[in-house]
Amino acid sequence: MSDDLSVATGTWDPKETSEGTQETFRDARSAVLRLPESEGKDAGQIDIERGDDDTMIINMGPQHPSTHGVLRLMLELDGEVVVRTKPIIGYLHTGMEKTAEELTYVQGATNVTRMDYLSPLHNELCFSLAVEALLGVELPARAVWVRMLLAELDRLCSHLMWMATNGMDLGSTSMMIYGFREREMVLNFYEKTTGLRMNHNFIRPGGTAADLPDGWEDDIEVICDTILARSYEYDELLTGQPIFRERTEGVGAITAEQALALSATGPILRSTGVPWDLRRTMPYLAYDQVEFDVIVGTYGDNFDRYSIRLNEIRESIRILRQVRDAMPLGDYRVQDRKVTPPPRGRIDESMEALIHHFKVFTEGFRVPEGEVYMTVESPRGELGCYLVSDGSSKPYRLHVRGPSFVNLQSLPHLLQGGLVADAVAVISSVDPVMGEVDR
Amino acid sequence: MTAPSTAEILFPTRADYYGAVANQRAGGCELCSDLCAVDYLRHPGRPLPDGVAPERFEVVVNLLSLSARRRVRLRVQVPESDPVVPSLFDLYPGTDAMEREVFDLMGIRFAGHPDLTRILMPDDWEGHPLRKDYGVGRVPVQFKEAPGPR
Repeated sequence: MSDDLSVATGTWDPKETSEGTQETFRDARSAVLRLPESEGKDAGQIDIERGDDDTMIINMGPQHPSTHGVLRLMLELDGEVVVRTKPIIGYLHTGMEKTAEELTYVQGATNVTRMDYLSPLHNELCFSLAVEALLGVELPARAVWVRMLLAELDRLCSHLMWMATNGMDLGSTSMMIYGFREREMVLNFYEKTTGLRMNHNFIRPGGTAADLPDGWEDDIEVICDTILARSYEYDELLTGQPIFRERTEGVGAITAEQALALSATGPILRSTGVPWDLRRTMPYLAYDQVEFDVIVGTYGDNFDRYSIRLNEIRESIRILRQVRDAMPLGDYRVQDRKVTPPPRGRIDESMEALIHHFKVFTEGFRVPEGEVYMTVESPRGELGCYLVSDGSSKPYRLHVRGPSFVNLQSLPHLLQGGLVADAVAVISSVDPVMGEVDR
Repeated sequence: MTAPSTAEILFPTRADYYGAVANQRAGGCELCSDLCAVDYLRHPGRPLPDGVAPERFEVVVNLLSLSARRRVRLRVQVPESDPVVPSLFDLYPGTDAMEREVFDLMGIRFAGHPDLTRILMPDDWEGHPLRKDYGVGRVPVQFKEAPGPR
């Protein structure tokens, strides 16, 4: 490897770095275990007589049930205390960014929706917004509000799933059952609307695939009322419970400075007290027209992250009710024939419409040359999509900034100095989705 | 409705890259939200401002200022013959995994990175899959016990 440091120094004077950065930087080296796997030894080869090292390295995962997929951790333990951690990822890597270069923009949403499989609609939303930014199309109002409705349901769904698995990781099987029960209500609504429970391909460049089903207002009303009432049951079950508080308060704490340095976003950053929520600070869709609160914590520990997610469920319900009341009438996709295929009815009566329909779905549409970085606030943090187009009907390069991938870097810092018994709870509070980490 | 895609785009040279990012950091960009790379092998004629000579690779850094609520994007040209850029680890420790990902999938090296190893692909993997000259489906499916083609 070439270590040409003449490039590294450039014209900048390193003395200008603030003390805080250097602090974080040293810390970043100490919490992360940087040990190549080839140095690992079999149990028989370990020299047990050697007395100069007190630490032990153990593997956790990738098939550990509490690692939420296939995350593997190498933990360096001193007794029961975690000293350093190395997260090992890539077990689910299927080259989705490479695949995206082979799919047209029409097909692209089917690919990205499989990345973060617990909030698939946010992936589609981010991809579609990026494509639309390059196309320069203006969405009809109804498409914007339908997307917002689905995005908030997605957040609800993802946080409920998190409440369920977090409860499970801390030994509360009831919470697991309750979380999945409530999520099922949202999934049933998805099934009615998009035809699928996951991986919808419903939000597409140019709008959505279909309009909302008849009677959607009543369904939303039932979902909002039921889940809001039940969120207070979670309070009784977990929030006030001494065992739960003992296991979460002060566990896995991180400071705002560390979180920012490690590029952490979402509930991890907000738990440290930084009020950063892209829906509020850099509004997309019509989030500047609805009222909601950005929930922040104080101590940056597991309990704060739990409270943030629980209260974001309530805020999502608040937004859902406003969206239901304010839903405008009109088209659910842009009436630009370059992007949107002709309606189904026209195909039976017009040859041109049939050809046009065929062309849009086989060749796709062409997107002007350019590059764009679009972000949305997914339940896990800033979901970014860097899209480069060369003017053809397929993306030249699609890079997805997965919030789980970046947030996972804070895991060694959260675990450092804690007990190995808390590791499961800390992993859970980071909320990594391995489909998005590995892509 | 506001468009969140607007960002200031800078084109530093490779020698100025580290300094330019450091200036942005001093100028209020607290968070490095993304770092990725693009291989422009099949699209050399992309539009670039005057004075920027296109090279095969481009490292793209997206910085975010929370206080000023703005984004800055830096696009650095990296030649194929010497794909090395300085690591941003000292400025933003959060670029650790992102730089490893770029190294793994695109083969660009980051001088000064504490642990530049493969992150997504297996350690013994050859080649960098996101490069444009790395064929799709070039690798045979690896089922060890599978019978031969019938």
